[in-house]
Amino acid sequence: MEELAAQDSPVHRLHPLAKLLVAVGYILAVMSFPKYALTGLFAMLLYPLALFQLSGIRVSTCFYKLRVILPLVCAVGVANPFLDRAVALRVGTVAVPGGVISMLTLMLKGVLALMASFLLVATTRMDSLCASLRRLRVPGVLVTLLLLTYRYVGVLVDEVSAMSQAYALRAPGQRGLHISAWGSFLGQLLLRSMDRAQELYSAMLLRGFHDHFHYVAIPPFRRDSAVYMATSAAFIALARGVDLPRLLGGLFVR
Amino acid sequence: MIVFEDVGFSYERGVPVLEGLSLSIHAGECVGLIGANGAGKSTLMQLVLGLLPHNGSLRVDGLEVEKKNLAEVRRRVGYVLQDSDNQMFMPTVLEDMVFGPCNYGMPRAEAEARADEVLAELGLEALRNRYNHKISGGEKRMAAIATILAMRPSVILMDEPSATLDPVNRRTVIRAIGRMEQTRLIASHDLDMILDTCSRVLLLSGGHVVADGPAEAILRDRALLEAHRMELPLCLQRL
Repeated sequence: MEELAAQDSPVHRLHPLAKLLVAVGYILAVMSFPKYALTGLFAMLLYPLALFQLSGIRVSTCFYKLRVILPLVCAVGVANPFLDRAVALRVGTVAVPGGVISMLTLMLKGVLALMASFLLVATTRMDSLCASLRRLRVPGVLVTLLLLTYRYVGVLVDEVSAMSQAYALRAPGQRGLHISAWGSFLGQLLLRSMDRAQELYSAMLLRGFHDHFHYVAIPPFRRDSAVYMATSAAFIALARGVDLPRLLGGLFVR
Repeated sequence: MIVFEDVGFSYERGVPVLEGLSLSIHAGECVGLIGANGAGKSTLMQLVLGLLPHNGSLRVDGLEVEKKNLAEVRRRVGYVLQDSDNQMFMPTVLEDMVFGPCNYGMPRAEAEARADEVLAELGLEALRNRYNHKISGGEKRMAAIATILAMRPSVILMDEPSATLDPVNRRTVIRAIGRMEQTRLIASHDLDMILDTCSRVLLLSGGHVVADGPAEAILRDRALLEAHRMELPLCLQRL
C-alpha cells in the first residue's frame, strides 16, 4: 500500500485533507441510502471508477488487496432474503423479494465503502493522512493508535506467514491448518507478535519516541484540490439526491 | 564513558542474571562483550539503555541511568538491535533515519540533511528512498546502523551486528564499525569480528565479568574461553 501511495498521479498530488474529507463524505452518503435504493447506489460507482482511472491504479489491484475482507462484507446481508420475503419487484414473471434487493444494496454499500477507503489509502501516504487527521483536531492518541496499528499489521502478517510456512513444511498434503492446531497456533501467534511489538516499541523509545509521531509536512492547499472537493461534493449530492440510473432509464423505458 | 559500580539485575528474585558488575568503558574505546548464551550480554546492554531496572550505580557520560535522565541517556546511546526488522519500523530508510532526530526536536529539513550526510559516510546513498521491506538483510543491517548514527550518539551498543550476514556484508559491517569514533560496546559470538574490531574484551559468565583485558590476550586464551563454553576465534584455531 505504501508503494501505491508513493506513486505520482493527479489524484496522488491532491491535498490529503481534501481526499480524506471527500472519502468520508462519500462513505456517509453511500451508507445513508435506503435499503431498497439499489438503482440509486449504482450511480455512486462513478466516483471510485473515475478515481481508479485518474490515479492509474487498477480495479483488479483493489479487489486483490481486499480479497480477504470482501467476502465478509458481502456476507453481512445474506439473511435478508429469508427475513424479508415480501415481493418488491417483478422482472418479467419472476418475483423478487425485498430481502434480495436489500441484501444486494447492503453488499454494494460495503463494496463501495471499501473501494473508497482503499483509494484513499492507496493514493495518500499514511503519514499525510495522520497529519490531516491531526489538522482536523482528531486527538493525537487516536491518530498515533491508527498509525501504530497500520505499522503493526505488517508485524502480524510476517508472523502468520512464518508460522504457516513452518506448519505447512511439517504437514505435507494437508490443506490449511488442522483444527486441532488452531489453539496453539493462535496462542503462539499472540505471544510472538507481542514479543516483536515490544521490541519495536523499545526501538522507538530508544530513539526518543514520546507517544506522538512527527508527521511529514502537508503541502499547501492548491486550487486543484479545491476543484476536486467542489466537484466531488456536487456529484455526491446529486447522486444521493436524484436516482440517476432510474432517471436515465426512464428516458428510454416507460 | 560508561561506568558500572556494583551493578546487578535479576528477572526473578534470588536468581541474579548480573551481579556486582564494576567496570568503566572509556570514551572512544571499542569493547567486545562475549559470553555463552544466557551469560547476560543483551541484559547488560538493556541496563545501559534503561530498558531494565538495575541495582547499584550505572552512569553514561556522567548521567545516572534513571527515569529522570532516560531521554538524555537514550539520546547519547544508540542501540543496534540484533534483528534489524525490529529496528526499522518506518516505511522507508529515510523515514527511519529522521525518526530519531525529529523526536529530539530537530527540524525535518535538518534531519534529512543529517541523514544524507550519514548515508554518504557509509556509502549507502542508494538506500535513501528504498522501502525497508524491499532491501536485503545486509542492506537492512547497514541501514539500521545508519539510523543510529543519524542520532549522532556518543556511545553505540551493538547486539550481534554480524549475525545472519554473508561474508561480504559482514566485512562491510566490520569496516563501518572500525571507522566509527564513538565509544562502542559490541556483544557477539563472532569472535573473529570482535578480534578485528575491538581493542578490549569483557568475558561474561555466570552473571560476572570473569575476564577484562586486551582482545588479543583474552581471545588467544584457549583454556579461559573453553572454561566458559567458548572457543578460540576461527582465525586463531588454524595457527
